[in-house]
Amino acid sequence: MSLIEVRNLKKYFKVPAGLNHAVDDVSFTIEKGETLGVVGESGCGKSTLGRTMIRLQEATEGQIFLNGQDITHVKGRELDKIRDKMQIVFQDPYSSLNPRIRIESTIKEPLKHSGRFHGKAELQEEANRLMELVGIDERLRQSYPHELDGGRRQRVGIARALALNPEFIVCDEPVSALDVSIQAQVLNLLMDLQDQMGIAYMFVTHDLSVVRHISDHICVMYLGQLVEKAPAEELFAHTLHPYTKALLSAIPSTDIFHPMKRVRLKGEITSPINPEPGCRFAARCPYAKEECRQPQKLQEAEKNHYVSCCRLKEIS
Amino acid sequence: MIRRKKKGAYDQYIKSSKSSLFAETMQRIWENPGARVGIVLLAVIVLACLFAPLVAPYGVNDMDIQNMFAGPSAQHLCGTDGMGRDLFTRLLYGGRYSLALGLCAAIFGSVAGTIIGSVAGYFGGKTETLIMRIMDIWSSLPSILLCILISAVLGSGFFNTVLALSVGNVPIGVRLIRGQILAERSREYLEAAESIKCSKISIMFRHLLPNVVSPVIVDATMGIGMTITMAAALSYIGLGVQPPTPEWGAMLADARTHILNYPHLIMFPGLIIALTVLAINLIGDGLRDAMDPKLRK
Repeated sequence: MSLIEVRNLKKYFKVPAGLNHAVDDVSFTIEKGETLGVVGESGCGKSTLGRTMIRLQEATEGQIFLNGQDITHVKGRELDKIRDKMQIVFQDPYSSLNPRIRIESTIKEPLKHSGRFHGKAELQEEANRLMELVGIDERLRQSYPHELDGGRRQRVGIARALALNPEFIVCDEPVSALDVSIQAQVLNLLMDLQDQMGIAYMFVTHDLSVVRHISDHICVMYLGQLVEKAPAEELFAHTLHPYTKALLSAIPSTDIFHPMKRVRLKGEITSPINPEPGCRFAARCPYAKEECRQPQKLQEAEKNHYVSCCRLKEIS
Repeated sequence: MIRRKKKGAYDQYIKSSKSSLFAETMQRIWENPGARVGIVLLAVIVLACLFAPLVAPYGVNDMDIQNMFAGPSAQHLCGTDGMGRDLFTRLLYGGRYSLALGLCAAIFGSVAGTIIGSVAGYFGGKTETLIMRIMDIWSSLPSILLCILISAVLGSGFFNTVLALSVGNVPIGVRLIRGQILAERSREYLEAAESIKCSKISIMFRHLLPNVVSPVIVDATMGIGMTITMAAALSYIGLGVQPPTPEWGAMLADARTHILNYPHLIMFPGLIIALTVLAINLIGDGLRDAMDPKLRK
């Protein structure tokens, strides 16, 4: 049984112009202790997917399973129970910490709600342990968030997510707001924690080099749909979907003598509001034909490698 | 060696920033010269009114029949009124009512506004629409009219007057808080609070409110001055505090028949109202600057 299973998940937002299909019919599984990378350009629904999975937003349709239990619509006490197991690390550490609460209190708050600790001393001890675990210096404990730099704030955010001892953490672009040297520190911290505690991650990002570095599996999203899903190395070695190809060719190369052949996409991303059936990438796809107007299905092209493209055979 | 030295300096910085946000804000207000003048001025007025029995040279209703309508002199600092009562004494005692009225009404109005506004802003949807439309109707009536209406219906006690004075402030507070919450609602720390199992009440009052309340505090502070003038206006037209209780507005009302012959009767109450409102507005300005998060280091 997988730790997380998402089945035909849909999340639509009502907007004045119609329905915004932020997440449209997405299915995948995440095993214990593994990392699923989710990549895609801004606005493709990857953050919404993460938030819907841990029930910060209500799913429109579909199901989410945690250890085999359907948690799509649980409420009250039951919801609190699953919150213990699923946490989130946010993108922007400047807005994810309450500016009026000292960082120690920020970390203690979930500990209080967990009900696992009795008495102030125990709580303090656990808070100290967490802060040491993520590498927050003792002298910073009484500081306010605005007194810390981005990397330290993100460590506080991670400590807060760890406080409830979760099995699964959604990392919603946790390093994209940090500068590169600190990105590496935070990524290493996340990977160390995974080794120590066996936490599964869903790592949402638009940074492809990051996602290759840390993921076991990678999902590529385009306008709310999965277009390709494969083990990380497989995806980079045998890219199949035209969108993924374009995406991967955009990774900057350090080899100036062999400039990469870039796939340049033309046109704008189409509107996610009331999209037409059929391949959503078709409007920008260099291989698009009439048959791309038919609804697409994710199909297994190679072992464990799923692609949603009807012209796969002709173009590869 | 160098490393240790650097670390020491950083420790010092961290230590110096240990003071609470409240202490930091207070310090920044005090550093503002205008606000400092306001604080000193208001402190003098408030203390003098508070300790009126000790400061005042006469009893509040003592009449000096020989010296009716006397001008300012060494004996009567601000002169006497038509019944020979010492004006300075009555100003001190009257200040107790005026200040208490202003303070209570501003606090009451803002607290009510904050609670209603938080509910509207946080829950959104139909609740918000309903509350905001009621507030629109509420604020479409001129607040002085509402005020007169309520004190005419309820009668003139202290608490009725507080109620009458505060109703006009409620929609202002509601709008302010709601606007702030709308801007703050998308911030991720609220989602974080939800994901670590905070209750809705806790998110609203522990997480959201402290981050949105500063403009309301500033508004309430400014409101005290406004309310004092409004209380004076109410007393002036005979609603609000009733004679012989001294109150600044009531004293102005008493004096209006003698405005040509004995201008000091209207000058001193007017002056003290103006000074108090000025002091409060100076403090309010300082408070707004001090609470602006952009200035926070």
